[in-house]
Amino acid sequence: MDNLNLLIQAPILNVQLLLDGLWIGAIFALAAFGMALVWGVMNIINVAQGEFVMLGGFITLMIVEAGLSPLFGIPVAAVVLFVLGWLLYRVIIWRIVDADMFISLLATFGISIMMQQLMNEIFGSDVRTAESGLGMFYLFDNMVTVSQIKVLAFVLAFVIGLALWMFLKRSRLGQAIRATSQNPRAARILGIDTDRVYAATYAINAALCGAAGALVVMAYSIHPYVGLPYTVRSFMIVIMAGLGNLGGVIAAGLGLGAAEQFAGFLLGAEYQLAFVFLLLVVVLVWRQMMLARRRQYLK
Amino acid sequence: MNRRLANVIAIVALGVIGILGPWLFPAHLSQFSKLWLFIVLALTWDLLGGQTGYNSFGNVVFFGIGMYAAAVTQVGLYYPVAAYTAAKGGGTEFVFDAAQFYTGLALGLPVGGLLAALAAAALGMVILGMRGHYFAIATLGLAIAAGELAAGWEYIGAGSGMVTPTPPDTIDTTLLFYYLSFALAAVTFGFLAWLYSTRFGLAINAIRDDEDKAEAMGHHTTRNKVVTWTISAFFLGVAGGIFGNLSKFIDPIDVAFNGAEVGVWMILMAILGGKGTLWGPVIGAAVFYVTKELFWTYLLGWQRVALGALIVIIVVFFPQGIVGWLKERWPERFGPSREEMEAADAKGGA
Amino acid sequence: MTQPLLDVRNVSKAFGGVIANRNISLKVNRGQIVGLIGPNGSGKTTLFNSIVGYHPIDDGEIWFKGEEISRYRVGRIARLGLLRTFQQTRIYGRMTCMENMLISLPERESSFFGLLKSRHSAGIQRAKDLLEFVGLYSKRYHYAGDLSFGQQKLLEFAMALINEPEMLLLDEPTAGINPTLINGLIDRLKRANEELGITLLVIEHNMRVIMNLAEHIYCLAHGEMLAEGSPEEIRNDQRVIDAYLGAH
Repeated sequence: MDNLNLLIQAPILNVQLLLDGLWIGAIFALAAFGMALVWGVMNIINVAQGEFVMLGGFITLMIVEAGLSPLFGIPVAAVVLFVLGWLLYRVIIWRIVDADMFISLLATFGISIMMQQLMNEIFGSDVRTAESGLGMFYLFDNMVTVSQIKVLAFVLAFVIGLALWMFLKRSRLGQAIRATSQNPRAARILGIDTDRVYAATYAINAALCGAAGALVVMAYSIHPYVGLPYTVRSFMIVIMAGLGNLGGVIAAGLGLGAAEQFAGFLLGAEYQLAFVFLLLVVVLVWRQMMLARRRQYLK
Repeated sequence: MNRRLANVIAIVALGVIGILGPWLFPAHLSQFSKLWLFIVLALTWDLLGGQTGYNSFGNVVFFGIGMYAAAVTQVGLYYPVAAYTAAKGGGTEFVFDAAQFYTGLALGLPVGGLLAALAAAALGMVILGMRGHYFAIATLGLAIAAGELAAGWEYIGAGSGMVTPTPPDTIDTTLLFYYLSFALAAVTFGFLAWLYSTRFGLAINAIRDDEDKAEAMGHHTTRNKVVTWTISAFFLGVAGGIFGNLSKFIDPIDVAFNGAEVGVWMILMAILGGKGTLWGPVIGAAVFYVTKELFWTYLLGWQRVALGALIVIIVVFFPQGIVGWLKERWPERFGPSREEMEAADAKGGA
Repeated sequence: MTQPLLDVRNVSKAFGGVIANRNISLKVNRGQIVGLIGPNGSGKTTLFNSIVGYHPIDDGEIWFKGEEISRYRVGRIARLGLLRTFQQTRIYGRMTCMENMLISLPERESSFFGLLKSRHSAGIQRAKDLLEFVGLYSKRYHYAGDLSFGQQKLLEFAMALINEPEMLLLDEPTAGINPTLINGLIDRLKRANEELGITLLVIEHNMRVIMNLAEHIYCLAHGEMLAEGSPEEIRNDQRVIDAYLGAH
């Protein structure tokens, strides 16, 4: 484990990895926020979550090809994905809201496959990124590099997350969403159109992922198969934090980002994905054990 | 017509078609072999998915484990595996005569099945304690993780994959693998038919219908789930071993642990045919496989998009599948009648 | 004085800030029928769930057959012989009534390999007898999911009986049942207790039922044990009348 020795001997390296983890972790947290929203309100685990992120990235790429700054990708991707989310709800999702968890898992799984392959057909499987033209910060005597676009993406992720959080707290629709998540029957009796709430929730989640995708393609890179890892990460974060726990989602997201950076460094970049998926199993099992101590299960 | 009689006729007819395969479809024998293997894939998925209610997205892991384990055994009995895989392509020094080839298969296939079963038991004890949707997501990543890990393991050829032992020219492997595939499908079907007739069949259905209730009644639900997955894994592993030899070349991501294709197909076939039934996966596999072979080439790159769309359509609009639909439409014809149930119980009877 | 079959000692359970059970103690002797009454929100179902293993308790002990079970999981407690029925009635909807019964045969004695016997082997007659006992014999090969709510309740009861529990916890067994059928249910509960020797602990809201059925009654209110005694005593207890029976 030469890399491990490196970490011990050059502590500044830890700072680099940690920071890199934080920048991307915020984006993970954003996608997780959306997944928690759909899960909490509609009891649907959206397996296509990562594909929404991926789509957002590709839309931003198209914006860039049209000659605009990738930052425009954020609102455009959000809007396009919002519409897509709404459409998906109207065509498919509304039929599975009250169904078995498995039906929704399988259906969103099918949607995710469709989107992956669609993007693969249209754009090819190359890894793509959107140049932002921003430079680097150099800290600690040039030992730590911080890419400006990553910091910007980090900040924007928080801004978007905050905006959504305030929307849920303050706006009428936001309150309707929260009421429905707590008790759909009561909400309906009180006159809330739960169908519209569900549509809005799913669409907002898609928009959120779209924006996250724009951030990802600017600060990192995307390709048609980048979706599943994002879905798995979102799921992991929600499991660790719990459905209602925004602070937990942020902490878990940042933590996961950092963990991945360290894993990638120690195990080698080619094992980073395997690490993510194995970590999922570990997280699930650990959570299950914690709950079992209290005579409960992951429900 | 008496339902029992119809069942027997169907089985006999399939058996005859199976045995006469090489004469009926001489030009398509290896495809026919794959059809039998696909039936095994669908049946084993349904054991945990349709009968127990635990949808696995990662059963293909066992397919791949069986594939590699069998190949490694087949090679490892006679040559150092690391050298073999380093030679990338079997090379000319690694020759297998008939006896070696047959022995390799005879040992390799069961080893593939057993290793896959062991993996399922170990993994299952860890992740089957959770409820179904957590289990499902956990398995989602398994195939990818397994593929990535296999692609990094030099011993089995890493990213370049592994070539299965080249049989000597004296053996007609197409014929051999055909009958192996058919035999596996027949054994799997027979075994499951028996299993579903036991109290264990009832126990897993209880988990499907209401796991909380089953627990509250004292069932050993986790144990039953693990046993189920282990059984599935065994047959999947053997199927993998045969498939690997049929394909002659094992690629970690595109062949062994191909979650995007084989992994998804097994789910689709079982649901299309009718999950939770014995004949459903068989019919679903046949319909899917034949359709795929006929139309796949026309869709070109859009195959997988169509695959995704197909999953959504079937799961949302046709979740009962073909057999389920038949049972709803003509319950007297396709479901057991009450008289039949009474008679079955009376015969058994204490 | 023989040991009670179920001995709940000073059990407390809170959810967040809400104290659902505070220092509850109750005893059920073998062969008894004991009732648990109390207004809505008094903590009856929480107590039930604590006993059968649905959640941990914050304080206290629960003893069953001489074992302390408050840390055991649901399955283990059930295998010890302590079963419960559900308020919303849970059965295996896609299996026939007979199959529901057969899979509920006690697993305690047999090992895993007992499960590999044919589903038509053991217990067929017993299943039929018990279905007859609850009046579902004519529906024995119907799918449980197709039964009416009341019939499903009876099936659930029969499933509990075929499991030969030592003690059965019933959560509002007459809720949702047609009033004309309630007498039949009371009768069956009594017979299960007398003929099959099953000890019963019953949560009930229907005063007529519980006064008729139980030998000993515990009354909860606001998470605490308010009173206990024979049906006569409870009926005349001023505290119970104030808290629960109202203008009786």
